Amino acid sequence: MMDFLDYAFMRNALLAILVSSPIFALLGTMVVNKKMAFFSDAIGHSALCGIAVGIVFGFTSRSVSMVIFAILFSMLLNFVKDRTTYGADTIISVFASVAMSLGLVLLSKGGNFNKYSSYLVGDILSITTTEIISLAVCLVLVIVFWTLSYNALSSDNLNRGLARSKGINGKLYDYIFSAFIAVVIMFSIRWIGILLINSLIILPAASSRNISRNTRAYHLWSVVFSVVAGVAGLLLSYYTGAPSGPMIVLLLGGAFFVTFVAHSFGKE
Amino acid sequence: MAEHSHKLKDVCHEHCHCIKINGLSVSFGEEKIIDDVNLHMHCGELTVLIGQNGAGKSTLLRALLGQIPHEGTIEFKETKTGNISNVMKIGYVPQSLNIEREIPMTVYDLFASFISKYPVWMFKNRKLYDKIKEQLKLFSVEDCIDKQVGKLSGGQLQRVMLSIAVTPMPDLLVLDEPVSGIDENGVRDFYRLVDEMKRKHDLAVLLVSHDLYLVKKYADKVVLLDNKILCQGTPEEVYEDDSFKKTFGGQTV
Repeated sequence: MMDFLDYAFMRNALLAILVSSPIFALLGTMVVNKKMAFFSDAIGHSALCGIAVGIVFGFTSRSVSMVIFAILFSMLLNFVKDRTTYGADTIISVFASVAMSLGLVLLSKGGNFNKYSSYLVGDILSITTTEIISLAVCLVLVIVFWTLSYNALSSDNLNRGLARSKGINGKLYDYIFSAFIAVVIMFSIRWIGILLINSLIILPAASSRNISRNTRAYHLWSVVFSVVAGVAGLLLSYYTGAPSGPMIVLLLGGAFFVTFVAHSFGKE
Repeated sequence: MAEHSHKLKDVCHEHCHCIKINGLSVSFGEEKIIDDVNLHMHCGELTVLIGQNGAGKSTLLRALLGQIPHEGTIEFKETKTGNISNVMKIGYVPQSLNIEREIPMTVYDLFASFISKYPVWMFKNRKLYDKIKEQLKLFSVEDCIDKQVGKLSGGQLQRVMLSIAVTPMPDLLVLDEPVSGIDENGVRDFYRLVDEMKRKHDLAVLLVSHDLYLVKKYADKVVLLDNKILCQGTPEEVYEDDSFKKTFGGQTV
């Protein structure tokens, strides 16, 4: 039964999922509360540009260039979102489209985009130990950040003026939060891919929201859904030969519909 | 008018502190939204800001709360010691909160996120829970502590927001058009609560309001705003003033 653990790439994949799924689950709770699903989607799409910029400028470490780009891009998006007088979703869409297209153009130079197509759908079996360590560092940082600033983020989202009257500088935490989303997405693109990354952030929290009444339950169920679907999806993909990313997302989608129906019945 | 301001000055000496707004102006680009507002507020006094939509009432509050850049000074003076300080605690009740019906957040979660650093996604903090319950009791909503915030009635949510605003007890309580979204009884109830708070805790209260009838009943001082102060004084004085009649047309109160 546990024969998949004989393979190093499966052990790595399992580790990667165990480390990254709680990150998605935690960040997702606030992304859903803040109605930022589209925002995080845009950051995911812009990842392609980050990769391209790294290659064009000849950074030796692709991760470093991606992270720097992710932080800058999230700052820019956040700035625009706060300033714009007409629909923030329009502006975000414009930025994301431009960033993604720029990435596609740069990466297709010389006609070898195929080399990078794994960024679109991801490949968890090729994840390296270094990448797992990066994700683990992310997890620790996110937990520390969450402990120190969840209250501030939440109160700022409820009402910025009220938060300020209590001495909470919500804007600052908002920027750090966006940067975290961007960095986590960049580190995860390699194994989940640009097309599906946002589902991993949104679905666990959205499912949890269907059945939770308080913040603690919201977090707990979000993490449970994320980890269980992650591990189960990987195993299913191992035994069926289907790609792991879509498998995980399908399971999370199933969890959403089950909780959604349970919630509707609970209301009756 | 001169006589009236003299009267207020005397009151100031009896009470614990007063808040002076000197020459407050706010501009967006070329446009002056608030023009040279001078206002004194005192302990145990309800000051009500009235005016048409777009008169700058909310902008004035936002400037007071330090949310937008402004000219002029806000002084906070302890009348007993004569100490002037620029730091004062402001309690604020906003117009609304960004919540939906199904948001997984109880009143405890909501309250704790504003007054504590203890992360609300971790285990419940007993001490904090008890403290919040105590504060909710001030407005008789302690039974709501474990309820989901989206499922509270408009009146209950108002009371919860009031308890948050007075934790810790502020030097000035600022209320932004709190009457929207609750029914007529709720509004009357709200004014009664504010009045009670003001008396019990000797609070200085600044309220933006549309309900001219209740304002007349409860306000100690009314300020009519249209980018600048058109008129201020007791409700009777202001309601008799020509600028009031011009602003609110034939509305009889």
